Amino acid sequence: MAGMVEIENAEKTYDGGFQALKGVSLSIEEGEILALLGPNGAGKTTLISTICGITMPTGGSIRVGGHDVVRDFRAARSLVGLVPQELTLEPFETVWSAVRFSRGLFGAKRDDAYLDELLRRLSLYDKKHSQLQELSGGMKRRVLIAKALSHDPKVLFLDEPTAGVDVELRRDMWDIVAKLKETGVTIILTTHYIEEAEAMADRIGVISAGELLLVEKTTDLMARLGRKELRIALSAPIETVPEGLSDYDLRLEDEGETLIYTYDTQAERTGIARLIGSLSEAGLSIADVETTQSSLEEIFVGLVRKEDDEGDAA
Amino acid sequence: MNWTAIWAIYRFEMARFVRTFLQSIISPVISTSLYFVVFGAAIGSRIDEVDGISYGAFIVPGLIMLTVMTQAISNASFGIYFPKFIGTIYELLSAPISFAEVILGYVGAAATKSLFIGVMILITATFFVDLTVQNWPAMLAFLVLTCTSFALLGFIIGIWASNFEQLQLVPLLVVTPLVFLGGSFYSISMLPEFWQKVALFNPVVYLISGFRWSFFGMADVPVMVSLLAIAGFTALCVLTVWWIFKTGWRIRA
Ligand SMILES: Nc1ncnc2c1ncn2[C@@H]1O[C@H](COP(=O)(O)OP(=O)(O)OP(=O)(O)O)[C@@H](O)[C@H]1O
Ligand SMILES: [Mg+2]
Repeated sequence: MAGMVEIENAEKTYDGGFQALKGVSLSIEEGEILALLGPNGAGKTTLISTICGITMPTGGSIRVGGHDVVRDFRAARSLVGLVPQELTLEPFETVWSAVRFSRGLFGAKRDDAYLDELLRRLSLYDKKHSQLQELSGGMKRRVLIAKALSHDPKVLFLDEPTAGVDVELRRDMWDIVAKLKETGVTIILTTHYIEEAEAMADRIGVISAGELLLVEKTTDLMARLGRKELRIALSAPIETVPEGLSDYDLRLEDEGETLIYTYDTQAERTGIARLIGSLSEAGLSIADVETTQSSLEEIFVGLVRKEDDEGDAA
Repeated sequence: MNWTAIWAIYRFEMARFVRTFLQSIISPVISTSLYFVVFGAAIGSRIDEVDGISYGAFIVPGLIMLTVMTQAISNASFGIYFPKFIGTIYELLSAPISFAEVILGYVGAAATKSLFIGVMILITATFFVDLTVQNWPAMLAFLVLTCTSFALLGFIIGIWASNFEQLQLVPLLVVTPLVFLGGSFYSISMLPEFWQKVALFNPVVYLISGFRWSFFGMADVPVMVSLLAIAGFTALCVLTVWWIFKTGWRIRA
């Protein structure tokens, strides 16, 4: 079955001649949560805007629910809800009039019960008749979500939903997203925070300078990241790893002063205790130990840097 | 056509008007009364009649046109400029609606507001002068067409403007002078010969003249010419809007 959102070789060159998307292809399954990760100016917002109709693609094709977003824009856009990156709201409107307006704009019949329920779900019900300018930033963000969900969309785009939001509200946001997933909504979100992508997404896509560098299952990515290193500083440097330690995945660094042991945190046994025993049997004395984990951040930075180097070489 | 969406935009825009209802009503009523005091009483005491009509009554159609035109422009231009300015336009652009629906919603609301204000002025005027309307259908047609076409013009200005100064520029530099010089407070025939000729290049002259004809049955230019002028002006606005719609000019990056 084709994905809920099918992006084929999407390109966007802005009027000034700047190419913000350089042929992005991506398929997003129904009901999945995809996180787009990328530095400032990578093209995350541009990609979302191009899918949602805020900008026009200059190449390639995009379909939502099988409908082309340009040729069949009415059908495509009715399926989509968008929460923009900026907190843009009419200051003098009330929460209620704002969500009601959004629902009507998307051509959905008036349904006050649904909207009431929506406001409750987003803990906005007691603010129903408040003016938008009186709300806190976190509440405004939730109003934007309520507006985006007002017509019961199948696909929801969240452009940096937790930018400028405190820790508690961020957890809140994660909960909201998790609940939405239960209702079967397909969610595409962008973020700068890796732990956020980990916490929410089924798959993670990394985008940089208008190109999609990788899309991988979060669990696969995490497994790759699940490997840890134990760095053992030795009291005296050694030339080679002693014979008796050949069972272990070890390598030497710092001119023989540091022994590095790589292990899987997900495994039943890490083998650390046994290794320590074997080390003293081999007559090595330990000055210090330290563990490090390769984070998504490192992979991410590595990818982006590689991209830059290739760009420079070209 | 997504009628639900048109209605949503229309309702939303009208709600703004209703919320500030008192302001929206009071200011035209007060300014109309002032015009009557200044023009009707002060000047009217020197000019009793224009073409056999008391001066006070004579200025009513011009006064209504003046207000309706400026109100339609400012309402429609602000209505579409404000979402652009604060960024909420993203929602219009991502909604399953075409530009035609956006125009119907915004222009419809702006035209309704200015029509309402026009009627308010007419009612206020009856407290100051004796008024008769000779041709009601023509009067209403001129009023509605003017409200609509100037709301369209306002919409175009709102799309074009990229800051608040530009939003004020066209109404201030082009529309207000044309309206004042368009015979709101005098008959073109009162001008020297040369300026009468010049005045004929002012499109507003035709609108005011036609509107005045529907009240008093007399006009500076033949009423058919007025009708053609307003139809032509409306067509021009519709064409421009259609072109904006086709090209996405100043709307979609
Ligand atoms: N309307 C526009 N006209 C011209 N260039 C634009 C426009 N919008 C965005 N860009 C450029 O396109 C590039 C991608 O911008 P985009 O907003 O998509 O980045 P982003 O990944 O969302 O960044 P951030 O994390 O800062 O939100 C940037 O270099 C930006 O300057
Ligand atoms: Mg962005």
